[in-house]
Amino acid sequence: MKTDPRGVLTGLHRLNGNHACAEGALAAGCRFLGGYPIVPALEIYERFLERAKEVGATFIQMEDEISALAAVLGASWTGKKSMTVTSGPGMSLMMEHLGLGVMLETPCVIVNIQRAGPSIGIPNRPSQGDMMQVRWGSHGDYEIIALCPSSPQEMFDCTIKAFNFSERYRIPVSVISDEYVAHLKEDVVIPPAEEIVVEPRRYYTGSKDNYLPFKRDRDFVPRMVNIGDGYRFHVTGLTHDDRGYPVMNEECQEYNVHPLVNKIRNYADEIIEIQEVEIDDAEIIIVSYGATSRAALKAMEQARRSGIKVGSLKLITVWPFPEKRVGELAKKVVAFVVPEMNFGQVVLEVERCSYGNTNVVFVPHGDKGVENTDDLLSAIKHATQENSVRDGLIEYKQARE
Amino acid sequence: METLRTSKVQEAHPEDPSKIGCVHPMEDVLRMDRIPHIWCPGCGIGLAVTAFSAALERANIDLDKMSIVSGIGCTGRVAGYVKLDSFHTTHGRAIAFATGIKVANPKIKVVVFSGDGDLIAIGGNHFIHAARRNIDMLVICVNNFIYAMTGGQVAPTTPLAAYATTCPFGCVEPPFNIPYIADSSGAVYVARWTTLHIRRLSNSIIEALNKKGFSVIEVISPCAQYYSRINKLGDGLDMMKFYHDNSEIRHGEDTKNLDIGFQKKIIVGKFVDRERPTYTERYNEWLSELKGAKDESG
Repeated sequence: MKTDPRGVLTGLHRLNGNHACAEGALAAGCRFLGGYPIVPALEIYERFLERAKEVGATFIQMEDEISALAAVLGASWTGKKSMTVTSGPGMSLMMEHLGLGVMLETPCVIVNIQRAGPSIGIPNRPSQGDMMQVRWGSHGDYEIIALCPSSPQEMFDCTIKAFNFSERYRIPVSVISDEYVAHLKEDVVIPPAEEIVVEPRRYYTGSKDNYLPFKRDRDFVPRMVNIGDGYRFHVTGLTHDDRGYPVMNEECQEYNVHPLVNKIRNYADEIIEIQEVEIDDAEIIIVSYGATSRAALKAMEQARRSGIKVGSLKLITVWPFPEKRVGELAKKVVAFVVPEMNFGQVVLEVERCSYGNTNVVFVPHGDKGVENTDDLLSAIKHATQENSVRDGLIEYKQARE
Repeated sequence: METLRTSKVQEAHPEDPSKIGCVHPMEDVLRMDRIPHIWCPGCGIGLAVTAFSAALERANIDLDKMSIVSGIGCTGRVAGYVKLDSFHTTHGRAIAFATGIKVANPKIKVVVFSGDGDLIAIGGNHFIHAARRNIDMLVICVNNFIYAMTGGQVAPTTPLAAYATTCPFGCVEPPFNIPYIADSSGAVYVARWTTLHIRRLSNSIIEALNKKGFSVIEVISPCAQYYSRINKLGDGLDMMKFYHDNSEIRHGEDTKNLDIGFQKKIIVGKFVDRERPTYTERYNEWLSELKGAKDESG
């Protein structure tokens, strides 16, 4: 489906990540934003408002992040593509409605510009500390989609992809970036409206008497209708059957919740996007995502110059995790080096998916590591030394001490 | 109301009056496939729903363009029984969810039907802010003075000295006066009725549905299983008798005077009915001003 050209600011622009995100949302057809101000995400909100009047978009600043995401879910059921933007502390408050969004299978986009935490942390320093929170922060079982852009251009692209995934899989999709990318200004190419492909919402069009809000179609996703279309449907956050009526037993729990997980797991291959650079002859692969992958590419070049065969695996989609590909590569390489702006989150997945076939060296770093590749280079050198990386994480730490 | 019911049944069975009673007169607005409901004997929520359903049948509103949102708790289940586009959402956030619906599509008539614990305790923040913004919605708050779904815990509306499972020596916190909060936060229509005042309640709902802006109707309801049992007040019928003997209709009463003491007089009536521009009106005004300014400059 083609997008509404009013939202597309075609051309070459110099934008920071936040502004690129707002443009991406408008280009994807987002017409409702519910938010609550927070550093470092609020430029998305401001940019959206500036352009709202031209494109006919609606916004509301709610009283907190809890209500912001609640309003977004409500708005989504009226047929408007909706999103909210926040940072870590706001994300913590949104967890309640992330769960509701998953249970009501409501398409929407949540942009999380990560900042240093826990708690208030440092509002204007980048971090990648919310990676696990965004995956399983809300209670109960579910699978989520999270995309990690590493530049303003990717921020634009990922925001559009996030809207497309949210409509395709009927799930809240997270764009999980960080303060570094959000405030980094780079050239962003916004293509003409006719080149932007957007996923249409899958509507139910049958008779009004037979509508079942949670009856799954061939693609494993229930069809939606809008409020006001006359279907008089009911949906609930309780465990429910196809009619959307609550059923309180084990069978229904399985019937309801298992597909919430499987609709992502079974389609992981369609969702996952990774970028591989110089993988073929690599002995060491840096697995990275977001701002960190910029440093990873730089370190890769530097290491190659000094004769170490290093490749890069950059994750655009972090959740669902590219298990298969990481597992395949684990059999080929000497070590994975995983830099993150936290103290070990996605590295756990890399370790798990390696199944002990290779060594995994974790490089924790603050935001300094985005520009400075010293830590990363020394970890790469360390990983090449024989017998030194049986347990990369522990030994590398010891070596540093 | 009686005549309407009869005519409706006759319409369904014009040739056979013996079938009267086979079709529920409120089949149009209730999900009959979900009946029996979960509420206990002696509970007043069913009466509130009946008054609401009767109001929907009488009010001249397109029910296809109407949405009902509930939170959690006994009254939170109302959305599941009313045949509208209905949402059973998270605890306390019904108003926030409904705000999203109303702002994104102002053509939808939005009703929030929930309990006192849901709307005034965990959802208190959303309640006052929606009133301040004057989001065009009707909030029906069933107040049974207690958290009933979880088994009788103290609520922000529990009268001083009343017992609950989490205040075994009597409630020590002064309760909220819901009409006063609504009034002072900016609601345009505020009324209170008990489940005994079923027709007045129904009329009030119709009036509020036709009102533009944030309207609040508090419905005092018996909770026979918890509030009455813990406080030894008898069953639902005894509570209704109590309402009969102790409620006083005082329209236009200052909302400051509407505190409810333990087994004290309950003042009911319509207290606030005023005009204020709604959020959507102001928003559209702002948009048209901006567009006008742009046209002049460009």
